[in-house]
Amino acid sequence: MNSPRKAVALISGGLDSLLAARLILEQGIHVEGINFYTGFCVEGHTHAIRKKDKKKPKRNNALWSAEQLGIKLHIVDIIEEYKDIVTNPKHGYGANLNPCLDCKIFMVSKARQWMEDNGFDFIITGEVIGQRPMSQRKDLLPVVVRESGADDRLLRPLCAKNLAPTLPEREGWVDRDKLLGFHGRNRKPQMALAKQFGFEDYASPAGGCCFLTDVSYAKKLADLWQAQHEKKYELDDIMLLKVGRHIRPKPNYKLIVSREEGENKFLSGYRKNFIHIETTSCGGPLTLIDGDVTEEDIETASRIVARFSQGKNEDSVTVKITHINGDEKTVNVLPMPSSEIKQEWYV
Amino acid sequence: MSSYKLDARNLLCPLPVIKTQDKTAELKRGDTLEVICTDPGALNDIPAWCRINGHEVLDTRETENEVIITLLVS
Repeated sequence: MNSPRKAVALISGGLDSLLAARLILEQGIHVEGINFYTGFCVEGHTHAIRKKDKKKPKRNNALWSAEQLGIKLHIVDIIEEYKDIVTNPKHGYGANLNPCLDCKIFMVSKARQWMEDNGFDFIITGEVIGQRPMSQRKDLLPVVVRESGADDRLLRPLCAKNLAPTLPEREGWVDRDKLLGFHGRNRKPQMALAKQFGFEDYASPAGGCCFLTDVSYAKKLADLWQAQHEKKYELDDIMLLKVGRHIRPKPNYKLIVSREEGENKFLSGYRKNFIHIETTSCGGPLTLIDGDVTEEDIETASRIVARFSQGKNEDSVTVKITHINGDEKTVNVLPMPSSEIKQEWYV
Repeated sequence: MSSYKLDARNLLCPLPVIKTQDKTAELKRGDTLEVICTDPGALNDIPAWCRINGHEVLDTRETENEVIITLLVS
């Protein structure tokens, strides 16, 4: 008896990849999932940071999907390799700093490599023609096929009937008649199929699963690159862009001001790497200073921090400034009036 | 059978899961691994990863700042 054919499914944690994998499992194919961690995934860390989000269930949706499907999931750290995709996308950016087409090509290419290394036969994605403006346009789906090197071993079960038959269909590993012909942005067919399969409580992030599609986040990343005079980043940089108010009074530095207790706790993990300011005469936010600063800059920063403290209406707030070498200095400052904090300083 | 520890503090999910996955791949069946994390999300994610990959969670503990998960490589 022949052993069953094996497929590796790209599992994002969203509904489409869940349904695509389930359709192929239904056909007796052995499926394992693969999930890529870029550092920009909305999945995961944000729920660990903000205290106000504590009531939301803390689950990784890719793991949840795999558990619903009863399949193994391999989570792959691609943080380093992904930097080149973000900083130098061959096919350009979408509405913000989202290199969706390059990202899809890269992930399918990594899945192809994994497939070859592990003796699997084909790749499944949850792509649907016309669902996303950049990476799932009908004219661009063949680009993913070609540039990833997956060729006709890439099967998109949710919209396969709108595409030419792939190797798994031609060879009879899967029955094309049981695949689907979804297209466009309408989500109702997916929701109906989820109901049919008994999937409830699946993730449906409104803005997708990547911070790079978020306008506010993309502005902060663009600001970081402008300040560095270079498109580059480290993991800590992109983590910190998710936290706090970012205020840049001058090109040479910005402040990262925590907004609540959860962010205070998260930023405290970075205290040793930055000059930081805390209020001592009243409650206030932990603030990191990112950049090279003068004494005058530190005074301005201290007055801004005081503005966001519980002493914002006082004549004087005491702040403690701690330098990276551990030297501490305590000073009294006049909180900066909100009218002096220019709107354009907010990143 | 040996006992191992993995320091996954100051990492946000899914990095503690990835570290656990990679460390477990080096271990033998019957070994135990204690994973120490600061991201409370690990309390759900690592047991979920264990369930789908066939490993057994022996214990989960939560202190003020850390979550500690002990698993049996199966």
